[in-house]
Amino acid sequence: MAGLIGSSIKRREDPRLITGEARYLDDVRLPGMLHAAVLRSPYAHARIKSIDTSAAAALPGVVGVFTGKDFADVNPLPCAWQAGGVENHPNTPRVLEIDRVTFTGAGVAVVVAQNRYVAEDALAHIQVDWEPLPVVVDAKKATEPGAPQLHENAPNNICMDWSVGEESAVDQALKQADVVIKHHLINQRLIPTPMEPRGAIAQYLDATGEFTVWMTSQAPHVMRLLMTAFVFGIPETKMRVIAPQVGGGFGSKIFLYPEYCLVAALARKLHAPIKWMETRSENYIATTHGRDHITDIEIGAKRDGTITALKVETYANLGGILSTIAPGIPTTLYGRMLSGTYKVANIYCKVHGVYTNTGMVDAYRGAGRPEATFVIERVADLVAKELKMDVVDVRRKNFIPSNEFPYDPVILRGLKYDSGDYQKGMQRALDILDYKAFRAEQAQARQQGRYLGIGFSSYVEICGVAPSAWIGLPGEGWGAGLWESANVRVHLTGKVVVTTGSQSHGQGHETSVAQVTAEELGISVDDVIVQHSDTLGTPFGYGTYGSRSTAVGTVAVYKSLQRVKEKARALAAHLLEAAVEDIVYENGKLFVKGSPDQSKTIQEVAGAAALAYNLPPGMEPFLDDTAYYDPPNCTFPFGTHVCVVEVDAETGHVQIKRYIAIDDVGKVINPMIVEGQVHGGIVQGVAQALWEGAIYDENGQLLSGTMMDYAIPRADFFPRFELDRTETPSPVNPLGVKGAGETGTIASTPAVVNAVLDALSPLGVETIDMPMTPYRVWKAINESQNGGGA
Amino acid sequence: MNVSITVNGTTHTRDVEPRMLLVHFLREELGLTGTKIGCDTSQCGACTIHLNGKALKSCTMLAVQADGAEITTIEGLGNGGLHPMQESFWEKHGLQCGYCTPGMIMATTAFLKDHPHPSEAEIREHGLEGNMCRCTGYQNIVAAVQNAAEKMGG
Repeated sequence: MAGLIGSSIKRREDPRLITGEARYLDDVRLPGMLHAAVLRSPYAHARIKSIDTSAAAALPGVVGVFTGKDFADVNPLPCAWQAGGVENHPNTPRVLEIDRVTFTGAGVAVVVAQNRYVAEDALAHIQVDWEPLPVVVDAKKATEPGAPQLHENAPNNICMDWSVGEESAVDQALKQADVVIKHHLINQRLIPTPMEPRGAIAQYLDATGEFTVWMTSQAPHVMRLLMTAFVFGIPETKMRVIAPQVGGGFGSKIFLYPEYCLVAALARKLHAPIKWMETRSENYIATTHGRDHITDIEIGAKRDGTITALKVETYANLGGILSTIAPGIPTTLYGRMLSGTYKVANIYCKVHGVYTNTGMVDAYRGAGRPEATFVIERVADLVAKELKMDVVDVRRKNFIPSNEFPYDPVILRGLKYDSGDYQKGMQRALDILDYKAFRAEQAQARQQGRYLGIGFSSYVEICGVAPSAWIGLPGEGWGAGLWESANVRVHLTGKVVVTTGSQSHGQGHETSVAQVTAEELGISVDDVIVQHSDTLGTPFGYGTYGSRSTAVGTVAVYKSLQRVKEKARALAAHLLEAAVEDIVYENGKLFVKGSPDQSKTIQEVAGAAALAYNLPPGMEPFLDDTAYYDPPNCTFPFGTHVCVVEVDAETGHVQIKRYIAIDDVGKVINPMIVEGQVHGGIVQGVAQALWEGAIYDENGQLLSGTMMDYAIPRADFFPRFELDRTETPSPVNPLGVKGAGETGTIASTPAVVNAVLDALSPLGVETIDMPMTPYRVWKAINESQNGGGA
Repeated sequence: MNVSITVNGTTHTRDVEPRMLLVHFLREELGLTGTKIGCDTSQCGACTIHLNGKALKSCTMLAVQADGAEITTIEGLGNGGLHPMQESFWEKHGLQCGYCTPGMIMATTAFLKDHPHPSEAEIREHGLEGNMCRCTGYQNIVAAVQNAAEKMGG
């Protein structure tokens, strides 16, 4: 059906979700299923001297209690993305730790019982003889002399030192700069908090030696690969992984976790299906966190506002042990994106990946790009402040001009920003805002002692993360490929089944992929079904993260559709006794050019292909195709976000008065879905600026360990967002799409921070660490040059 | 302990542990898994149901405390079809991953009973006060509640 791409049709996955019929992990029940609960370390750093499980094992209803020693034959989990081009010192979790723990929450024993209540009861009866060890939680302090050492293979707790750019060139440029600005910033630790915690269920069949594992995963195919090839050392064919309905992930469900392997090992050991479902408190200590950078910046600029040099040094906290792709996030996805939307001639960034006695840190929505955007968008404001220029003028002065795309920022090691028009998005934002009027209102408000502020964030991000040859082991260190695949089958009845290796956990792929399919084939969207998330019956895919499922996964579908159409055209030519090149495919009908009345519908052609009574010589039956797509480049969505705040100088409370988001995600398949992604992303990014922060005390105890203590934003924290789009198609793929899952999170954090600091600039407040809570804002005002005692 | 609880019009009698949470009773004993569990501190609201006509977080009550009560869960809300609130969440894209959705729908249907003409601020401040969503940024949930209020002729 024509016009489907670009249309806001209602989501096809919603009926099961709004009625409670959808089956998430915790809703899956198997006959004879037993329940597991994990005993976690109360210490951030400790040696396990001994574990006595006898009292727990004796409780009625307990089937078994196990420790790490019982699984010594199961390999540690792999780290699949080590920082490219440098030496890494990886240390990864075991299903249960045997000798030592390096963060509070590490699993050390497991109870299997008839039900979860009994399993939890039994945990209290396990006696562990701990030898607590000294603790370090701060990434910079962990590298200093005398700091507690976490791993033998990682002196000074350094997992890897990585850099990008020419340091000497940047130092030279700094020397020649008219002004040099130094700045220190902290990108605090965040807890992803999908509304559904993690869980897994495993079943093992003795007769065949086959596992089936249900898990809350954004990447079921990769999980199977890692579990079979690396953890269990069995053929990939001996395991089926199913991600049922998945309730959000935001990165935290990309990874292989100890418990997923543990339930599989238990199912094999106990000959029964085993279920483990995380509590929220476990989620906060044992599921990955995000961000946690300590960064020093040196900026060189000319008097006219041109940024000439950027030197960055970052201590990236990776936690006590490595999660699946932890080292890749603060390197490839951060350091290589520090140019932002600007032409910066000289950039150098050094990253220290550091172990500390804290929970694992890995990709969280945006993954590296929010950190990079925070740096460069603070830089733009710092330059403006130093040179007493307008923040918009500094951005416009340094924007990469629209006629310079594809643009090579050099630090991307050969990749180029695909397409962009940064001035256009900025102008759209200024128009919606009425910038001049705002500045006048701001000046007037200041007269009355009210503090209004405005913050801009003109971002670009890297999406559709792929080119296997670029990101893979010899380049960026990713230990696999990043292509995607799809299969399209047009059944005898004309109904179409699309299977994809991508995984949907809220993004609406079942709708957007069906839209592309229906549009291309010229059929009703109701005649298409999209299947995913089960390694049995879907082609291999690397999963859904990095805003790559549309820009890579759906392009694989598109590619397959073209080949299905080609075959349909060949068969139609045979049926209509015409030459293939004369066959037109339009609105689901195939006809000879100039004779649309003599036509075959795609359904008729599919039927003929399936029945195979009358095929041209050599043609195989059925309309079916599997395509693999490995893009030649990534895609680079961009835009400008603007936040207007009012700060109450008495209380430090920040009120968001307006939020304008202009995004360019290339061509859009379903605008409603894209807007929804942007809304949710904005809220997560604003939350980092103002409310959220994972806090460890000096003993490595997570103080923000429940939803009571970790400030997930609520509905009344926000005004209605004002969204608009520009549309610059990506030349990378035939759909022109770029990806939209993370733009909001990447853009919004610096917009808010810049707005708060703009509001407080008359008071001489220079900086406030995130989250800019009322206390911190109030304190900054009181300690500031002009605000003290106010 | 024996409890007798009417859920979506059917009375169920079970012998349960006194410590069993109502949400576990619904999910584990009755197999009504539409009601979700998102936290362990009664913050998230994913487990919201109607108990004797009022919205309640079913993780905050023991099954034995609900003895004799009339409960509606997401499975029973539409009475075989879709409730206007369910339709509105679908039409206005008020959900993404869907995990908070049953609780959101149960909370906001109860809210509309008391506030048939809510303003946007009332929806944000009161209607969604006890429920968290991590996907939608709430904007389309607010739109869904407004839409449902109109549909229900409030």
